[in-house]
Amino acid sequence: MSPAHAPGVFTGGANVIAAAILLAEFGMFRQALVRDQVRLYAAQSGLISVLAVIVGAVHHLPELYVLAAVSAALKVVVIPLVLRRLLWGNRPPGAGTEAGDIAGSGALSLAATVLVAIAVAAFGFFAAGALPVPGGAAPAIALSVSVAVVLVAFVLMIHRRDVISQAIGLFSLENGISLAALVVAASLPLILEVALLFDLLVAVIVFGLLIRIHHGRAESLSTTELTSLRG
Amino acid sequence: MTIAVIALLCVPACAGIACLWLPGRIAGLVSAASGIASFALVIALIPGASHRDLSWLGFARVDALSVVFLLATAFLYACVAVYSIGYLNTATGHGGPAGRRYTRRFWAGLNLFAWSMLAAPLMGNLALLWVAIEVTTIVSALLVALEGTEGAAEAAWKYVLLASAGLAIALLGTIFAYYAGARVLGPGYNLAFGPLLTVAARLPHTAIRLAFVLAVLGFGTKVGLFPVHTWLPDAHSEAPTPVSALLSGSLLAVSFYAILRFYQLAQAALGPRFPRDVLLVFGVASLLLAALYLLDQRDYKRLLAYSSVEHMGILAIGVSFGAPIALAGVLLHVLAHAAAKGNAFMGAGVLVRKFGSKRISAVTGGLDLLPWSGPLFLAAILALSAMPPFGIFRSEFEIVTGGLATSGNAVTAILVVLVTIAFFGLSVATNTMLLTPRRQPRLDSRLQAPGTPVLARGEPSAWMVVPVVIGLAALLVLGLHPPADLTGLMGRAVAALRGIA
Repeated sequence: MSPAHAPGVFTGGANVIAAAILLAEFGMFRQALVRDQVRLYAAQSGLISVLAVIVGAVHHLPELYVLAAVSAALKVVVIPLVLRRLLWGNRPPGAGTEAGDIAGSGALSLAATVLVAIAVAAFGFFAAGALPVPGGAAPAIALSVSVAVVLVAFVLMIHRRDVISQAIGLFSLENGISLAALVVAASLPLILEVALLFDLLVAVIVFGLLIRIHHGRAESLSTTELTSLRG
Repeated sequence: MTIAVIALLCVPACAGIACLWLPGRIAGLVSAASGIASFALVIALIPGASHRDLSWLGFARVDALSVVFLLATAFLYACVAVYSIGYLNTATGHGGPAGRRYTRRFWAGLNLFAWSMLAAPLMGNLALLWVAIEVTTIVSALLVALEGTEGAAEAAWKYVLLASAGLAIALLGTIFAYYAGARVLGPGYNLAFGPLLTVAARLPHTAIRLAFVLAVLGFGTKVGLFPVHTWLPDAHSEAPTPVSALLSGSLLAVSFYAILRFYQLAQAALGPRFPRDVLLVFGVASLLLAALYLLDQRDYKRLLAYSSVEHMGILAIGVSFGAPIALAGVLLHVLAHAAAKGNAFMGAGVLVRKFGSKRISAVTGGLDLLPWSGPLFLAAILALSAMPPFGIFRSEFEIVTGGLATSGNAVTAILVVLVTIAFFGLSVATNTMLLTPRRQPRLDSRLQAPGTPVLARGEPSAWMVVPVVIGLAALLVLGLHPPADLTGLMGRAVAALRGIA
């Protein structure tokens, strides 16, 4: 199933999109405003849908078009809306536009964590590149990039100290896995893919509920207070 | 059998949805009936599953292994549903509309949680198995947050974030399993488990290796394996106590079931060496951590939570031994641990109601003050510490026997030493809570010591005693003489785990 009719364009395009997905992940990583983080998440999800359409067109897998449409509807429209509503709902009265600016950083400085993230991403990229996993629907580099995205998402979740960034980190982790699925499991039956997506939607709603509960109790979205349970 | 499976998928779901509208008292009775009906349905599955595997359209599948886990879940569901009636009746400060809302959410959540855990072992498809386990996370995270305290909000957030991140890793493992399957079975493959197992010998090794390690790490987050166990003590201690019992006895086991499915696959594709080594490392690390943490706990629900980590480590080590008798021990351990840990948490719930605190130091003289629950809690702790004549003694004995036969003496000796340390930690805490006489001033004395409330002898509720007595009876049956039907079922499940069914 090698794309003999357009090898250069397809491989190159897919690689560019994969790289853009990783860049969006790094963008989320250093973005200080949560609103922009949500926007980057939507953009990243949109790129995944575009890649799904391209893979579907090249490999003649029409169900990937449906998947791309459902995925775009959920991850580009619904989930960012839910998250944004949470942000607005949580804006304390009297506070200005600064309410979205809660992205605190952890023990390390931002520059240091970015360096850590780059190192982790490089490790993931080359480790996955060394795996003999031939015959994917998209070029193998996309698989390496997806592993890098997953690892950077983990660093993002560890280093951010507010619930919304942690939730976005988790959702972008799921985006990385979607990218991996496009490479190695492009022909996964549509019904299963849709089941996975709706599962994500339910998870988002529950995350929203818990963020509200947390905000209602702690009067903030920061997780620095969540230290009473240990040992 | 088809009808039993469909009913099993419908009854708890319908009960859960109905509980959203029913008043609290009726919702409790409906849930108890649903729990008992589910247990009866699972028992009805035993004869069929002891002889053949059944699957429906590649989506649902029942074999001996899944019925063992269904038994553990449904038994605990029935016990906990009955127990919760008493637990909610004795709650204080839950009057008014807020209390009614709490009750309604509790019953709906409890039934849906049980439904998702009963659905997971029925799934014959690795993707749907993953979805079912993700649903257990979502429902149980809401139940953990139900108490509305600061600790509950913190525990629920940690739980949902860690478990979802873990399950994302498990999803990556599932996708690699699909990749391996599609290489052999063609692009139309739908991740059904049965066909994948039949062609396992031809699957590409790298993909299966990746799938297995990612699945152990991912589902292991929900099992509570070291180093991804950190959510577990928080969630178990902050959830309402009946939910803690289900979390510990059933949820961890159901997640372990998912690991066993990947174990079957990896064993058939790669040979037994690699999957057993992986499980051995995770098992020994979990057991070591839990044994040490058990020595210094101040909260008795956290104590029981670390005991769960310990028992999940024992399960992983038992599978890594691989001998038939060790695998039989593992399956018996799943059942006995569900009964024993359910009993221990239900006893802990009585202590919470009686003494109003989860701190070990706040509880003294439990044996005097609680005529039934005191001795029953002591029996549950002894059962958890693998004392004869209870079921866990039998199962750990079988695991150790299998270990001595196959894996050599060193690993088995480590297992025995760590289990003994865990026993020490558990018994010191229990000793303080139950056997130390309570120094409370006489009821007529005017000089009451501040901070020690005067408590009268008596049980908070009979509803909270009966299920524990039934659990103890089950532990005794499993320890002394497991019924022949159950032994036959477990024999077939062991054969499936060894890859010769």
